[in-house]
Amino acid sequence: MSSNLSSHEKAIPWIWLILGLLGACALPFFISNYHVFQLSMVLTYAIALVGLNILIGYSGQISLGHGAFLAIGAYTTAILMDKADMPYWMTIPIAAAVCLVVGFLFGLPALRLEGHYLALATFALAVALPQLLKFKHLEFLTGGVQGIVIMKPEAPWETLFGLKLNADRWLYFFTLAVTVVMFVIGWNLIRGRVGRALIAIRDQPIAAASMGIDTPLYKSLAFGVSAMFTGVAGALSAILVAFVAPDSFTVFLSITLMVGMVIGGVTSLPGALYGALFIQFIPNIADQISKAAPWAIYGTMLILFMYTMPTGIAGLFRLIGQKLRPTHP
Amino acid sequence: MKKRQFTLTALCLSIAAFAMPASAQKKYDPGASDTEIKIGQTMPYSGPASAYGVIGKVQAAFFKQLNEQGGVNGRKINFISLDDGYSPPKTVEMIRRLVEQDEVLLLMGTLGTPPNSAIHKYVNTKKVPHMFLATGASKWNDPQNFPWTIGFNPNYNSEGKLYGQHILATKPNAKIAVLVQNDDYGKDYFNGFKEGLGAKAASMIVAQASYEVTDPTIDSQIVTLKGSGADTFFNITTPKFAAQAIRKIDDVGWKPTHYLNQVSASVGSVLKPAGLDKSVGLISMLYIKDGSDAKWDNDPTMKDFKALIKKYTPEVSVDDGNATFGYATAQMMVHVLKQAGDNLTRENIMKQAANIKDFQVPMVLPGVLASTSPTDFALFQTMQLVKFDGKNWVDFGKPVAVK
Amino acid sequence: METFIHQVVAGIATGGVYASMALALVMIYQSTHHINFAQGELAMFATYMSWTLINAGVSYWLAFTCTILLAFALGVLIQRIIIRPVENAPVLNIVVVFIGLLVILNSIAGWVFTYTIKSFPSPFPKEPPFGLHFISSHELGSIGVTFVLLLLLFSFFKFTPLGLAMRAAAQNPDSSRLVGIRVGWMLALGWGLAAAIGSVAGMMIAPVVFLDPNMMSGILLYAFAAALVGGIDSPGGAVLGGFIVGILENILGAYVIGTELKLSVALVLIIVVLTIKPAGLFGKVIVSRV
Repeated sequence: MSSNLSSHEKAIPWIWLILGLLGACALPFFISNYHVFQLSMVLTYAIALVGLNILIGYSGQISLGHGAFLAIGAYTTAILMDKADMPYWMTIPIAAAVCLVVGFLFGLPALRLEGHYLALATFALAVALPQLLKFKHLEFLTGGVQGIVIMKPEAPWETLFGLKLNADRWLYFFTLAVTVVMFVIGWNLIRGRVGRALIAIRDQPIAAASMGIDTPLYKSLAFGVSAMFTGVAGALSAILVAFVAPDSFTVFLSITLMVGMVIGGVTSLPGALYGALFIQFIPNIADQISKAAPWAIYGTMLILFMYTMPTGIAGLFRLIGQKLRPTHP
Repeated sequence: MKKRQFTLTALCLSIAAFAMPASAQKKYDPGASDTEIKIGQTMPYSGPASAYGVIGKVQAAFFKQLNEQGGVNGRKINFISLDDGYSPPKTVEMIRRLVEQDEVLLLMGTLGTPPNSAIHKYVNTKKVPHMFLATGASKWNDPQNFPWTIGFNPNYNSEGKLYGQHILATKPNAKIAVLVQNDDYGKDYFNGFKEGLGAKAASMIVAQASYEVTDPTIDSQIVTLKGSGADTFFNITTPKFAAQAIRKIDDVGWKPTHYLNQVSASVGSVLKPAGLDKSVGLISMLYIKDGSDAKWDNDPTMKDFKALIKKYTPEVSVDDGNATFGYATAQMMVHVLKQAGDNLTRENIMKQAANIKDFQVPMVLPGVLASTSPTDFALFQTMQLVKFDGKNWVDFGKPVAVK
Repeated sequence: METFIHQVVAGIATGGVYASMALALVMIYQSTHHINFAQGELAMFATYMSWTLINAGVSYWLAFTCTILLAFALGVLIQRIIIRPVENAPVLNIVVVFIGLLVILNSIAGWVFTYTIKSFPSPFPKEPPFGLHFISSHELGSIGVTFVLLLLLFSFFKFTPLGLAMRAAAQNPDSSRLVGIRVGWMLALGWGLAAAIGSVAGMMIAPVVFLDPNMMSGILLYAFAAALVGGIDSPGGAVLGGFIVGILENILGAYVIGTELKLSVALVLIIVVLTIKPAGLFGKVIVSRV
């Protein structure tokens, strides 16, 4: 699973990116508020999946517990907005910082574990966190089992360039902006020294160490950065849903994130977007197909996707792109 | 000239007189029309709380049968029940879809405190009737701040308080142990219980233990509670764990006075698996008829209920308390819709719901009447204390006020 | 003091539950080098098959045996049909397939059998052993069954040529093929045996926790932890791990941190153990030379 960084990543199809971004900006004015809300959620999942990708895809570690960082980011935002009356946009960088630190601290001991053991440790984190959130001595902060209700922010202006803005559209643009920023950060990280070091550690850990790469540091850093991305996603989702509770962050959420990442395409930034679309919409589609056992349909689709698209949706697009491109002798 | 004016005016007035009653009679908000009424709901059909999905299933069957019999005031009920997996973000998404895309007239029987908390503000801002919630949290009775939300279950807090008061009255020197599910439902009951014991709560409650719904067993908790030497036990657990607790208590040879919360009082889903012989002496409260109780065998609504189950949802057991609960809620809903008549605006529906005068829901125990007023949205004011005799729940005492 | 003993014994009883599932996890790992997340759901599904047989009037032990055979067949079928296409795929893809399987089994069980809890009979007498109230006859019997399974598993892998072939196929498929081992069928066999062990575990667990489609979700995490603590390649270690986890959980909950945080603390402790002994208490530390 070694990704060839230079070949396809160099040729950024700028035209597609710009068209895509323009399309994304125009979209909320053509679809209902409900769909705008759904797309905003998709964007938050995409950010989380970029984070997961950095950890699993590029750094070769595993995490079955990233739902915990969604929770930490979400609760940071909720607590700051509810108890400290902080404006919502200010909470995002704070949530990012908190998760960066927590992720790094978790990564330090965790990197002594490999493979299955690391999976268990992260799984344990995901399972334990809801219980911590309900802990009665932390209730004054977390709201305990009742959770925290947040005031959904209003749009700051009535119109934008003559087009009507409402809370849903405004939050969509806000989320879109944060998503673009996070993707750019992720892009630079992966292409830069950090990304190369991570790939080296992933593919040839011993050679990397002997070349002077501080393996433990980079691995913990990968964890921290990955947690940071997921924390930002959690913070945004808290604002969109306007409610956090321990029940929102079950183990199944962590598993869903991982599934989304693999389906979207590991070691691929656009894969994060495809994966996010999958985890947001496929359960709804499965529900339309079968009311009796929708999750059986979902599970079947997971398996079929793995049969037909082992490198994920992004991998499939890459293959199609290669086939369509004229072959050079 | 005058004559013509007079005739013209008379003509206009008479036309208006014809037209006005017609428009004053039928008023519709989105989701209602001459032929249908759209009702939306979220229910955990998957995930950890999926056992409650039976409620939605039975309600869907109820409305299907009702439609076949002509519907309500000639309108068919289009019942849209969506799965939210007991996850608040999913609930928000599904409710937004129901309100903004499917444009339902009202929401009925949405289940769970966290899911409902997540949409509480939204539905009140959007002014969509949020009716007959399938949860007993006390916060749904707040017509001042949330005039569009009305609960169904007698609230947990009050039921807990009643048990506490009962113990004070019958066993003032009791040593009490409590097992609490670690979530809002458990805490609500426990807080009410402590309130009922008043100042003596701290001294009477000698042990308490909690558990998560993801825990496989609660054996360790029961061992701890027994070891405290308590002689009275308040069991705040949901069906699966209630069954485990009842059985384990018997296994370890502990014989406390055992109060069981109403949510887990179903003979079919809890007492039978636990062991009917082990359940003798259990004290609880009821407000809905139990499908396994032979005394309702000839009761018309119970007969209808059993026929419905047999025809539409044969995989559901008539002993399942969730099934009768769903049936009762649906009956309440139909009553309110009937009262609204042809004025199917959201405002009128809430008005009818806020002015229910001593209505006997057929599936609810006789004498336990549903009443609301614009300042008090609590539906059921009384419950019946019952004790299990090995076969059925037997009433003792008069129905008690649950405030 | 009596309560303390009682807690420990109760912990051993719950630990027995974890140990039996942990054995199934060890089985699947030793034969395929994958940890199958769907193992719990397979066991649950098998238990439902048994429940259906018993409800149809079949006697307990006949249903028990039939279920083991059915579960074995189901395991083999799943491996041959569903897992084989992704056998050589990256680990993550296989994990996603496992998750898909988990979700499918859970959903179908819920659809066919509904989510209402069902009681499952126990083959052991109802009276507690020796009149003591510390442990029920069923829990004691289950622990016995777990030990029997452990013995069978251990002897199978250590002393039989088939067991050796399976271990070889998992560790080094290419070399195994060169010596004539049918690797594909070894994997299928591994799945079948794991499913069979899981079905026994399920039938021992269901009388205690009641049968419902979500029966195994809480247990799987502890079984996973137990298997890793004991050493994922050691059946004996996994069983011991199960008991340790069960006792630890109970003691922590009752005496140390209270039931509100026992899950978190138990898991933290397990991770601490793994940081100190990364291969588990009884696992083999594999040293690879560079």
